[in-house]
Amino acid sequence: MSMNTQGRQTTPDAVSAREHQTVSGNRGLAQTEKLIFEIGTPRRSGVDFPKLKGVKSRLGSMARTDEIGLPGLSEPEAMRHYVRLSQKNYAIDMGVYPLGSCTMKHNPRLNEKMARLPGFADLHPLQPRGTVQGALELMDELSHWICTLTGMPVVAMSPKAGAHGELCGMMAIRAALDAKGAGHKRRVLVPESAHGTNPATAVLCGFSIDTIPANDAGRVDMEALRAKIGDDVAGIMLTNPNTCGLFENDIIEIAELIHGVGGYFYCDGANFNALVGRVRPGDLGIDAMHLNLHKTFSTPHGGGGPGSGPTVLSEALAPFAPVPYVEKQGDGWHLVENADDKSFGRMTAFHGQMGMFTRALSYMLSHGSDGLKQATEDAVLNANYVQASLSGEMSPAFGGICMHEALFSDEFLEGTGVETLDFAKAMIDEGYHPMTMYFPLVVKGAMLIEPTESESKAELDRFIDVMNALAKKAKSGDVAFFKAAPIYAPLRRLDETRAARKPVLRWREETTA
Amino acid sequence: MRYLPLNENDRAAMLDVVGVKSVDDLFVDVPEAARLDGLIDLPTHMTEAEVDARLTAMAGKNRAAGAGPFFMGGGAYRHHIPASVDHLIQRSEFLTAYTPYQPEISQGTLQVLFEFQTQVAMLTGMDVANASMYDGSTACGEAVLMACRVKRRKKCVLAPGLHPHYAAVTENLCQYLDISLDIHAPAPGKDVDVLNGLDKDIAAIVVQSPNVFGEIIDLEPYAVAAHAVGALLIAVFTEPVALGAIKSPGEMGADIVVGEGQSIGVGLNFGGPYVGLFACRQKLVRQMPGRVCGETVDAQGKRGYVLTLSTREQHIRREKATSNICTNSGLCTVAFSIHMTLLGEAGLRTLAAINHEKACMLADKLTAIDGVELVTDTFFNEFTLRLPKKASDVVGDMVAQNVIGGLHASRLMDGQDDLLIVCATETNSEADMDAFVSALKGALS
Amino acid sequence: MKYTEDHEWIQLDGDIATIGVSAHAAEQLGDVVYVELPEVGAEFDKGDDAAVVESVKAASEIYAPLGGVITAVNEALEETPETVNAAPETDGWFFKMKISDASELDGMMDAEAYKKFLASED
Repeated sequence: MSMNTQGRQTTPDAVSAREHQTVSGNRGLAQTEKLIFEIGTPRRSGVDFPKLKGVKSRLGSMARTDEIGLPGLSEPEAMRHYVRLSQKNYAIDMGVYPLGSCTMKHNPRLNEKMARLPGFADLHPLQPRGTVQGALELMDELSHWICTLTGMPVVAMSPKAGAHGELCGMMAIRAALDAKGAGHKRRVLVPESAHGTNPATAVLCGFSIDTIPANDAGRVDMEALRAKIGDDVAGIMLTNPNTCGLFENDIIEIAELIHGVGGYFYCDGANFNALVGRVRPGDLGIDAMHLNLHKTFSTPHGGGGPGSGPTVLSEALAPFAPVPYVEKQGDGWHLVENADDKSFGRMTAFHGQMGMFTRALSYMLSHGSDGLKQATEDAVLNANYVQASLSGEMSPAFGGICMHEALFSDEFLEGTGVETLDFAKAMIDEGYHPMTMYFPLVVKGAMLIEPTESESKAELDRFIDVMNALAKKAKSGDVAFFKAAPIYAPLRRLDETRAARKPVLRWREETTA
Repeated sequence: MRYLPLNENDRAAMLDVVGVKSVDDLFVDVPEAARLDGLIDLPTHMTEAEVDARLTAMAGKNRAAGAGPFFMGGGAYRHHIPASVDHLIQRSEFLTAYTPYQPEISQGTLQVLFEFQTQVAMLTGMDVANASMYDGSTACGEAVLMACRVKRRKKCVLAPGLHPHYAAVTENLCQYLDISLDIHAPAPGKDVDVLNGLDKDIAAIVVQSPNVFGEIIDLEPYAVAAHAVGALLIAVFTEPVALGAIKSPGEMGADIVVGEGQSIGVGLNFGGPYVGLFACRQKLVRQMPGRVCGETVDAQGKRGYVLTLSTREQHIRREKATSNICTNSGLCTVAFSIHMTLLGEAGLRTLAAINHEKACMLADKLTAIDGVELVTDTFFNEFTLRLPKKASDVVGDMVAQNVIGGLHASRLMDGQDDLLIVCATETNSEADMDAFVSALKGALS
Repeated sequence: MKYTEDHEWIQLDGDIATIGVSAHAAEQLGDVVYVELPEVGAEFDKGDDAAVVESVKAASEIYAPLGGVITAVNEALEETPETVNAAPETDGWFFKMKISDASELDGMMDAEAYKKFLASED
């Protein structure tokens, strides 16, 4: 018998554990990747075309003669470029993504499949209505789910994202005030814990901002609010549950106070995922609220968009809704595209984010009324479990029961030399995406953790163990461990000051060669 | 429920740790009057197969654009998208990531944004671009607001060739800001009217090319006229493929260029999601709305990318922010960028040339029909016909023959009932064109 | 040199006032990345927003501490905004203005008083 003893070594005995630099700069699966401008050329292409016939041009004298410079890649080169780049991203599918206020829940792949059905995806927005009845039906059915879940009579579907939905709601309020001749009502009350988009939106509607402080329990300070109520108040913009992850328990009284002076109640619905199936905002006295389909109803975040922000309106605001909207007429659906004299106008070229509508309805149908309620309860339970389990080592900002997210301050880091940012960067090395930091502004060094219903108990337990261990390590004085982090990410900490001082926003041959 | 990992044992153990008896105790802050008992009146959960069947049936009630001859444009265009684009954007790391606020673990998204910004700047002939807006129409509205900020003036002129929905969106965005808009009623061949009566109160003139009727506009005289009164030229486009064939707005002197990017990589999607492109001159960059990605280095000096100039945004400037927009079209920018990379300059130019050829061929075939007149002398892949009949009726008749034969102008504007706006792209075969010709003949007879 | 409660300093030379932010303010802002300056010839009332200073994490308005007309701006800051951090009370000045009413300076703090004011703010 002949025995081959030349084969590969199967034990790591002889392998050194020392750190070393590779000659290429790559690190195994983690490859460095140049820009397309450095690897592609304008003449290369990954798309084949039929031959041109040589028809006489009708471009007039306007043919493009300059060099555009756009680089091309063949398909295999393009695949490698983008796959390598993708591997430098963290994602929900890789682990806990506890970004408070962002609701990073699982994105079911059925929804992706449904959105790509040619009957939805390959449909032109201006096709004759007889050819798009199924699409209009889908919009109508999604509207029905949204109105039923929120307890509101009407929903405007066209807003393209959360902030666009805010704009929709506030424009409806402005239009309603104008219709009543209430030109003196221009002051909008905004709690200091509000999302920054709230004041920015109100200003676009010609309103001025009056900030309301929070009380010690992280809610609206009712005394301060009462003092600010007056005839010139146009309305209030309130997030509920608020950005501290707490239910505004005086919300019904707040609505009454605002309505008492003829104002309107805008509720920022970014956190509606804490209420679905358990509370209908319509029962709280609100007049307008946007939904983030990309948060509450799980359409993917896609690295920052596209979002979708359908906005529910009360009976009082309904006549002012933007165009277009779907209307049932006899056996079919009709699209109302031209504004009457009450509608405040048009927010986008077409009808809204159809691709997101399909995904959201797929999500709703899958869950049903029972599953949606369960998802809400699990999200709130998960957040409370995290809060309770971290309270020994970290510092809950307000304590008590939270809703879908748990807020901590940096009190437990006091005197350690470790700051919230360092703590967050250390989480990256442990394999987690950091929580939301330094928001809301009402809590010092805020850390806002939203686990969502998508995390199993086992996954949460591992996360909790790591967070507690990191907190202990910070208190033990190992500052260098935190200041150096992250070590194991594709890049170390980036110089944001340099980026902002001398902005380099595009590649240019002369500067980057 | 297939999407919920917790089971009853987990829930009981976790409630115990929280220190409450039941999940109802977690909702104690909700006013009693607003607590719901039982389930909301909606259907209960469905299996994946059931949902699939239900939505597939609904999709089946639509006539997909590709299910027959299709010649519609008007702000959204049907192009072939390489299969690899959709495959790549469905990678978890692109699909299920959030906004790249943690640059160390978001370099994938950030580098694509940097590449995207450069591609948009090259395409439009501008210095810089942002990381995208909701769509072309909202980008147009934001450009008008930006021009008013830059010039500290409160008036803009919108040309008659601007897509009427873009004008409506811009009007909507400006209506409470004390900005006056001079909106010319849409009509073919009338863009030149905006050159008359410009004054020094004007912050910008907004001109689209190719315009909503398909005409190609030489933007240079508009840039000269705008600059003569100290105003900016905002150039708009709805078909980015055109920029592979016609002069860039930057070359003709535009200061801000906005447009719809849907043609490249995104697909029709019944109107959304789309991707708004926004580019401008370097000196205006601090007033540019929206997210921007910039180059920097990490602690070891390695090149990397971050979101930058964020002080313009709402979370810092709040009511003084340049815009209330805090999102971009994320995944659509990735799709756009991948498709553009697959094309490259050579591919884009060829794609544009084929589109133009198809449109020329179709225009010849259609204008050979008695009574059909070509209104637009120059065009790229979209042109306008004057019909001897009401165009909306003609479109309806053609649908009965399974031909979606263009867009009747009256869908977008008043007073142009006999105009039909027709688009041809690389997706149209000669057989499609012949079917269109015979359907149009039938509808006119 | 005089200081305001908004952490700006004023150096008066005849009827021309030079305005900048205090060393304390520069430290609080963090790394300054951009400065938006007014136009020469612009007229401001006391308390108007006259300029903007941006760091990576914050953007702050610079108020006109006095009424008057802008006569010069520190254009060097556009290229090197970091001067605001390096030399806030000298080379990091923002703008000069011809003031209309010198009595508006009355009651403003001198260096000693400003120091006490800072101590009381903490």
